[in-house]
Amino acid sequence: MLNINSITKGIVIDHIKPGYGIRIFEYLKLDRANFTVALIMNATSRKYGRKDMIKIENVIDLDLAMLGFIDPNITVNIIEDEKIIEKINLSLPDRVEGIIQCKNPRCITSEERGITHKFVLLDENKGIYKCEYCDQIYSWEG
Amino acid sequence: MLKGRHLIDPQDFSVEELDQIFSLAEEIINNPENFTHLCNGKILGTLFYEPSTRTRLSFESAMLRLGGEVVGFSEPSSSSVTKGENLPDTIRTVAAYTDIIAMRHPKEGAPKYASQFSNVPLINAGDGGHQHPTQTLADLLTIRIAKGNLTNLTIGLCGDLKFGRTVHSLIKAMSRYENIKFILISPNELQVPKYIKTEVLDRKLIDYIEVERLEDVIERLDILYMTRVQKERFFNEADYIRLKDSYILDKEKLKSAKEDLTILHPLPRVNEISMEVDNDPRAWYFKQVRYGMFVRMALIAKLLGVK
Ligand SMILES: [Zn+2]
Repeated sequence: MLNINSITKGIVIDHIKPGYGIRIFEYLKLDRANFTVALIMNATSRKYGRKDMIKIENVIDLDLAMLGFIDPNITVNIIEDEKIIEKINLSLPDRVEGIIQCKNPRCITSEERGITHKFVLLDENKGIYKCEYCDQIYSWEG
Repeated sequence: MLKGRHLIDPQDFSVEELDQIFSLAEEIINNPENFTHLCNGKILGTLFYEPSTRTRLSFESAMLRLGGEVVGFSEPSSSSVTKGENLPDTIRTVAAYTDIIAMRHPKEGAPKYASQFSNVPLINAGDGGHQHPTQTLADLLTIRIAKGNLTNLTIGLCGDLKFGRTVHSLIKAMSRYENIKFILISPNELQVPKYIKTEVLDRKLIDYIEVERLEDVIERLDILYMTRVQKERFFNEADYIRLKDSYILDKEKLKSAKEDLTILHPLPRVNEISMEVDNDPRAWYFKQVRYGMFVRMALIAKLLGVK
């Protein structure tokens, strides 16, 4: 396996579904980071076979709801002195604001300027959300 | 507590809260003279971003009968909306002038969005094909008065059950009461959407059947809710010709109906209820219009907290 130096202080985002690492990388704007970051794709995982990982040698603010929305199986490890001091398991957030767009052309979100698209979790098992305004269904898997 | 609340979705209020509104509406119907000054000094703002004369007149009459005043616009061209003002600014402004707002808008979810910027109660007076909660209140009040309660009823819904928002709201609202059965009468292509069946009817274990022809089931109904079927909604001409008369209520079909059937219609009608039915004591749709105004009176009074 490719060796990536362990980090002394920072964040490791682990157990990302293969293929989703790049999306999170871009969402967190890590391509523009001025600190050390690593995107590891298709690493072997005991749990899932393959996984993506992101290592960030810095302390940054993470939108955990957003990460949970992209992939609820992600684990976020907070590292200090080369040790994991906190392990955060994510889940689907109850609400998602400003991340996805309502696709209903009759929805008020299609007309008003400055309106934040808001979704509410409808079915946790299937990962189904509905638009807070028009009730249009949104599922991450499409 | 209903004071200060918004009404956006018919499900926003509990069954108990709806009961309070219906009881007050019945009091108003019985003694309207006791309520003529209830809203003295209060102003209703009617914001109609699309014209709907019936609904607007119902709200305005309701407020005037309570002794209140009304300001507003009946179409967006006469307002600052055409100058490109955003919804939050319009709402904040109108909320500064008025005590309660009734809003109609062609876009789904617009009243919900608007309510986030209103510090006075905001009532959804219809948002596109989405919700029309005061129509649902009118439907429920009419059933309650006709039958004495909202339980133990077999309700037939007839016509376009796919696109009719009043039908969807009524199914959801009536599903909250005991021992309700539905008979869904429509052409196959205009059946109730699947989500209503799975998320409302199946989830609450409610008895329902789907049939194609009104004449096959009319004798079993306590309530018959008629809606319009547009010819363009049929997939093919043959089905239309075969079935079109099944969605028209006339004297002939009523012969096999119960003596105490209650016939409802959200109006306006086209030809789905023959005019010869209008004088039948089972025709409740014009009373339903009147009850719609009374239930809006009760709603306004409750949201303002004056009763
Ligand atoms: Zn929407």
